[in-house]
Amino acid sequence: MKKFTFNGLIGGILIAILLATAAIGLFWTPFDPMKLSFTARLAAPSAEHLLGTDEFGRDVLSRLMIGARASVWIGALTVGFATVCGTLIGLVSGYARGWTDGLIMAVNNALLAFPGILLALGLLAVFGANQYGIIFALGIAYTPSMARVVRGAVLSLREREFIEASRVMGNDELYTMFRHILPNCLAPITVLATSMFGWAILSESALSFLGLGVPPPAPTWGNMLAAGRPFIQQAVWLGLFPGLCIALTLLGINLLGDALRDRLDPRMRGLK
Amino acid sequence: MTTETLLTVRDLSLEVARTGHAVVSNVNFDIAAGEIFGIVGESGSGKTLATRALISLLPQAIAVTGGSVAYKGRDVMGMKSRELRRLRGAEIGVVFQEPMTSLNPSMTIGRQLEEGLALHTKLSAEERRERILDMLKRVGIGDPEGALTAYPHEFSGGMRQRIMLASVMLLKPALLIADEPTTALDAVIQRDVMELMVELTRAEGTAVLLISHDLPMVARYTSRIVVMEKGVIVEQGRTADLLEAPKHPYTKKLLSSLPFRGELRVIDTSKAPMVSARNIVVDYAGRKSLLRKAGSKRALHGVSIDIHEGEVVALVGGSGSGKTTLGRTIAGLVKESEGQIRFQGRSRDEDWIDYRLNCQMVFQDPYSSLDPRMTIEALVEEALRLVPGLDAEAKRKRAHETLEEVGLGVDYADRYPHELSGGQRQRVAIARAIARRPRFLIADEPVSALDVTVRAQVLDLFSDLQKRYGFSCLFISHDLGVVEQVADRVVVMQDGRIIEQGDRDTIFDSPKEAYTRRLLSAIPALDQNAQGGVSLKWRLEA
Repeated sequence: MKKFTFNGLIGGILIAILLATAAIGLFWTPFDPMKLSFTARLAAPSAEHLLGTDEFGRDVLSRLMIGARASVWIGALTVGFATVCGTLIGLVSGYARGWTDGLIMAVNNALLAFPGILLALGLLAVFGANQYGIIFALGIAYTPSMARVVRGAVLSLREREFIEASRVMGNDELYTMFRHILPNCLAPITVLATSMFGWAILSESALSFLGLGVPPPAPTWGNMLAAGRPFIQQAVWLGLFPGLCIALTLLGINLLGDALRDRLDPRMRGLK
Repeated sequence: MTTETLLTVRDLSLEVARTGHAVVSNVNFDIAAGEIFGIVGESGSGKTLATRALISLLPQAIAVTGGSVAYKGRDVMGMKSRELRRLRGAEIGVVFQEPMTSLNPSMTIGRQLEEGLALHTKLSAEERRERILDMLKRVGIGDPEGALTAYPHEFSGGMRQRIMLASVMLLKPALLIADEPTTALDAVIQRDVMELMVELTRAEGTAVLLISHDLPMVARYTSRIVVMEKGVIVEQGRTADLLEAPKHPYTKKLLSSLPFRGELRVIDTSKAPMVSARNIVVDYAGRKSLLRKAGSKRALHGVSIDIHEGEVVALVGGSGSGKTTLGRTIAGLVKESEGQIRFQGRSRDEDWIDYRLNCQMVFQDPYSSLDPRMTIEALVEEALRLVPGLDAEAKRKRAHETLEEVGLGVDYADRYPHELSGGQRQRVAIARAIARRPRFLIADEPVSALDVTVRAQVLDLFSDLQKRYGFSCLFISHDLGVVEQVADRVVVMQDGRIIEQGDRDTIFDSPKEAYTRRLLSAIPALDQNAQGGVSLKWRLEA
């Protein structure tokens, strides 16, 4: 009990800092993140530029704050998309079984066979590289794993007697699905969704790195990390700080996700 | 029988290491060579932990705080792990409760049986094989040669327990510890396995420590008994004396919790039956795969059953007899392939809503029949969701009333199922089923998962409610003792057919079919005496 509140607290603080930074970035940044300054190219962190400047003299801190918004937005929407679609598909597939399940899972497995990033690359080539293209592409790439996990949970849940009890009470299938099955799938869904948030931010970075992410000059953590790569020897802060941001966010989300899962489960409540 | 003492347990005390909570206190007993000795207690009595301590197989969380265990005069507690390993298996064999998990699923039977022999004896491979085949034959495995290369999943629960027994007896141990060896099996198979165990151990001169919650079963085979409650031995003595004249209140309570025959009620059968199932056939579809379609399996072969208003009909039979399938078919959980089910004179399929409102079910496992994410109140209220003419307030009130009726009170309304004991959960399940005031209740093994004293309470509750509301009930059970207490009429099933039916006393006192007699031979006829003791009479199979 004590341990998970401690972890959850750290996760909560990290996520709160992230959200606060992203929110402040909407209204105020120390410098104009887009403003070029050839006098202050690749300046090391100093009292003026807390986290230094990049190869065009733009303030790294300001860009990170703006980038936080883009990354959080992409991460959240991607996870939201994949979770909603994957959960619905998994629920239907696991609950209906039979040929419906066979068909859905055949398509699902075919999609799973592609590496997520490859699938996203292909989709991006079709939709074009912009923020919503990325969300859509990554969302589709992650849906199959969510569907698979939810289906597995549903398959084992539907054999439990309380599902039969619900049927005997005369409840229709939809009610049973959403009232009894879905809430009991929440634990695996939360765990997977939190890790997905991490994957999404990483994949966005990777896509930006490959030049298929959010197009410059708009900053995201991913394209900042990518842009910092050639200067890693002269200006390590260019890659270091976006990388740290990504790592700390992932840590925060995972810790918070675990704590959330435990809190959501009545069986874990009140355990000493 | 020799009087040499095999095992001596003195002042054994155990506690939960982290909290210092005592789980077993000052337990003393001796087991003589060749004797069959019983420990009886309900869950939480410490009986399993106490016996685990005998062979130093305690879980990490449990610590020994005092006492000694001596095997043939050697101190077990002080043994090095190598000495202990030699003791376990070779000298003291153990048969666990769960035959489904105590055999390694990915090893052939032959290799599993050979393991112990290879470890503890110097026999050659050829001799080992001979010993194993001989033992498999003795435990009644039809094709011992074939069994050697078979995997555990190819055998039924009863067969697995026989194999388990074979693997233990191969080493001819001086003591066999059997912890609830037959609890997971149905009554008939239970008796067969017990008989086999007694026969084998007698032939080898092996002493048996039999641990179970099932007092009549233990009493049947043991010469001396220990009764444990909450980690303490409350009474011990010769089995017959202890049953005839129990001294401790807990022993008396255990004995009075055994199911006794209730009064036979007269049911008005002149009217049309409340529920009538005709020629029900159920086929389970075979496994379909891309390339082949396996044949379907027929679970019910044209079964007909009537249940009258206010009547409790017990459906009995061993596992695989089709009794649960019939119950589930009548409940509409399994679709019948042929046949017709009528409810209050009309076809059930004509008015499903009416049927659903009037037919409810209580399931066997209170751990899986309640949604773990709903509070007790929400669970009971949900049953009222589809009842017409009740507003939210009325539903809440009815839910609370019903909880009171099953003896749980409103304090429990906000709790979750995991916070309740098994008995309390089953009360919630009953509350949920009766909240709608159904005319007909299907109860599938409703008390099989419960402890003896809890079972007695739940059965009493059930009978009270049945009398108050007068619902008809199909009571499915493999335990004829329970049936004897609650049923008005008994229907016996075997292999998907009804083989015998009649009013309770006729079936229990003069059964016609051999299978019914076999079922009955697994349970005792109980007679209560003035001192709160009982005498057990076992019915003969022939």
